[in-house]
Amino acid sequence: MAIVARSLTKHFGSFTALDDVSIEVPAGSLTALLGPSGSGKSTLLRVIAGLERPESGTVELDGVDVTKRPPQKRGVGFVFQHYAAFKHMTVRDNVAFGLKVRRRPRAEVRKRVDELLELVQIAGWADNYPAQLSGGQRQRMGLARALAVEPAVLLLDEPFGALDARVRKDLRAWLRRLHDEMHVTTIFVTHDQEEAMEIADQIVLMNRGRIEQVGGPRDLYEEPANEFVMSFVGPVNRFGESFVRPHDLELRIEPNGETTAGTIERVVHLGFEVRVELVLEDGRDLWAQVTRDEAEELELAPGGKVFVRPRRARVFQTT
Amino acid sequence: MSFVTAYLSLIVLLPLAALVWKSADAGRTGFWDAVTDPQAVAALKLTLVVSVAVSLINAVFGTIVAWILVRDRFWGQGVVNAIIDLPFALPTIVAGLTLLALYGPNGPVGIDVAFSRAAVLVALLFVTLPFVIRTVQPVLLELDREMEEASASLGAGPLRTFRYIVFPNLFPAILSGVALAFARAVGEFGSIVLISGNLPFKTEVASVFIFGRIESGDPAGAAAVSVVILAISFAALLGIGALRRWRTRHDRV
Amino acid sequence: MSRWLLRVLGLSYLAVLLAAPVGLVFWRTFEHGFGPAWDAVTTPAAKHALYLTLLIAAIAVPANTIFGIVCALAIVRYRFRGKGIVNALVDLPLALSPVVVGLAYFLLYSRNGWFGGWLTDHGIQVVFALPAMVLVTIFVSLPFVVREVVPVLHEIGTEQEQAASTLGASPWQTFRKVTLPAIRWAVAYGVVLTTARALGEFGAVSVVSGHVVGKTETMTLHVEESYQAFDYTGAYAASFVLALIAISTLVLMSLFKPKEETR
Repeated sequence: MAIVARSLTKHFGSFTALDDVSIEVPAGSLTALLGPSGSGKSTLLRVIAGLERPESGTVELDGVDVTKRPPQKRGVGFVFQHYAAFKHMTVRDNVAFGLKVRRRPRAEVRKRVDELLELVQIAGWADNYPAQLSGGQRQRMGLARALAVEPAVLLLDEPFGALDARVRKDLRAWLRRLHDEMHVTTIFVTHDQEEAMEIADQIVLMNRGRIEQVGGPRDLYEEPANEFVMSFVGPVNRFGESFVRPHDLELRIEPNGETTAGTIERVVHLGFEVRVELVLEDGRDLWAQVTRDEAEELELAPGGKVFVRPRRARVFQTT
Repeated sequence: MSFVTAYLSLIVLLPLAALVWKSADAGRTGFWDAVTDPQAVAALKLTLVVSVAVSLINAVFGTIVAWILVRDRFWGQGVVNAIIDLPFALPTIVAGLTLLALYGPNGPVGIDVAFSRAAVLVALLFVTLPFVIRTVQPVLLELDREMEEASASLGAGPLRTFRYIVFPNLFPAILSGVALAFARAVGEFGSIVLISGNLPFKTEVASVFIFGRIESGDPAGAAAVSVVILAISFAALLGIGALRRWRTRHDRV
Repeated sequence: MSRWLLRVLGLSYLAVLLAAPVGLVFWRTFEHGFGPAWDAVTTPAAKHALYLTLLIAAIAVPANTIFGIVCALAIVRYRFRGKGIVNALVDLPLALSPVVVGLAYFLLYSRNGWFGGWLTDHGIQVVFALPAMVLVTIFVSLPFVVREVVPVLHEIGTEQEQAASTLGASPWQTFRKVTLPAIRWAVAYGVVLTTARALGEFGAVSVVSGHVVGKTETMTLHVEESYQAFDYTGAYAASFVLALIAISTLVLMSLFKPKEETR
């Protein structure tokens, strides 16, 4: 199901959460709403779900205007950051809830719930209560529950935000595999650019209620529309008027006319990567990222003198 | 520590012991006679029936009031929230007097329930008013709204959501409030004494009956009936407590 | 639509049960004018009743406050066997009928009671006199300070107190400078509840007091006495004073209420 949002505006008191926001989500895609806190990404997701009402603007699901419809009637599946588990029901009853609301026959419900529990790999916990499950398991239950009613759209609000780093990485990869199998249009909200870059087909980067850029992970990284996008999506150095990625800074032992001189302050070895912190002649700080081999070859050490040249830089028009 | 035990023993334990002891004073037959005395039985029956009724009414209306205090916004809400505690703060005899003034003879609204069983009901409703409200309020405040949103996103309307999601989570708190209300209702004295007229076999509750026995110089009989209502209160508290624990078993990992 | 329905149901329930009766007391008290009301409330019997009520509270409340703090500390900070029993005994006054309380004390301290005989022989009159009235009032108002302080003590934990002792403070200093300030609002709220309960006690005091007008009547007993004697203005006037005290109690309760219970 394709989703189109047009000119959505929403305030909470004097705070502007959405400022004339419009996006298009192609059917079957996995889209990330990325941005810092307060950027409006969760609000946008909730407006699409029907959990918030916009002051102006429309939401269309497959060409049908659903702006005035309550969440019950939109056919969306929603997964919450803190699981929103029905703590007084067993895992099985949680997952079955949507089907029971739709008055499906018992046998059908049982079968579907079992399938889903298998799919999300918590079949052994069917008769336990959510309090007895780990965070990761609870979230998988939340996903199973949302998928049970075969929604046309799956919406996830920072689904892995409450989990440990390790579990987060595992689950995000797992979500991508699930999506590849099921092809349900999926939108998920995250503030973690690595997460978005890793699994999304399309990223919508938001800041302060507005959309900064929409595109695939490569597009945002290689062709950022402005300074905010560039610095949000990866590390950045300011080099005069231009912006340079640390791995695009070439270090040489001898000048070659295009380089600027600098002194090394620190060399930090992070496994394969080496981070070189420098101060340029004019006092500006930079850091460059080189490989371990390059660092060895150049014999980089604190106090050493080095010449710096940006291989690629971007300049943004200030309008 | 020893201060605590001494204080508690002197103030609570000893008097209770004396009570239980005295109830056995006239032996098993004496106890049985006192307790099966027709007037005593009538008083106990009335007390039980009205206390149960009051507890159930409170369960419903207490939840409603807690709901509008937590989920709604209206002018004067803070004042309403504060006056809920009035039955705690007002002496029971004053409560009885005011109810009598309002719903008795010469009452401005023309309703006269004085000297009837309805009077007992009204008095008990007054004094037990805050219990369910105050136990439900904090739970309602803490309730994870996202559960209700999840329920909506899964297709359940507001009534279904209340029935399957909100109510099961409120139920233990309602039970706690009901237990407190019941225990209070069973023993209530001051608010009933004026409005009910204390007519034996008609509007005499257990506490008034006990009072009567004391005044007639039959402390053993009074003690016997006291032990019975003590037992009823304890049984109710234990039963409700067990039900509560069963309903919250999902919380214990 | 349903929101209005709930509001109407809830608010009318409260109006019928709470607001109307109390409003009426105010009206009935001054029905015949301010003069008669004032006279009724300044008779020697009424004045004595007020004095007695305040005296009993002045003894019971501090006693239960000190006990409450000590008991709360014992329950939260110390291990000892029988903690369950202590908890049950502290909560007991909330579940007991006041008449039963009065009876229990009567059995202990009346002439034929366990202690009564010995005490009377030594010239100490307990029942039908002030001491019994004070004791039952202590009983019924016992739990409040304990129950308010215990959760706060649980919540603040022992770290601050441990820090104080590493800095050289003696147990008493730690208590005065660290523990007490931390629990003071809980204590204040507990004291308000205790006082309200002490001032409003009726059933238990009724049993042990002997109802001697002008000597062993508290304000609450005075209300009943006046009513039974057909002195309605007197009864309403005394009720008015008690209602005023109750409303001040409500105001204080709102001010001191623990934060978790308010929005």
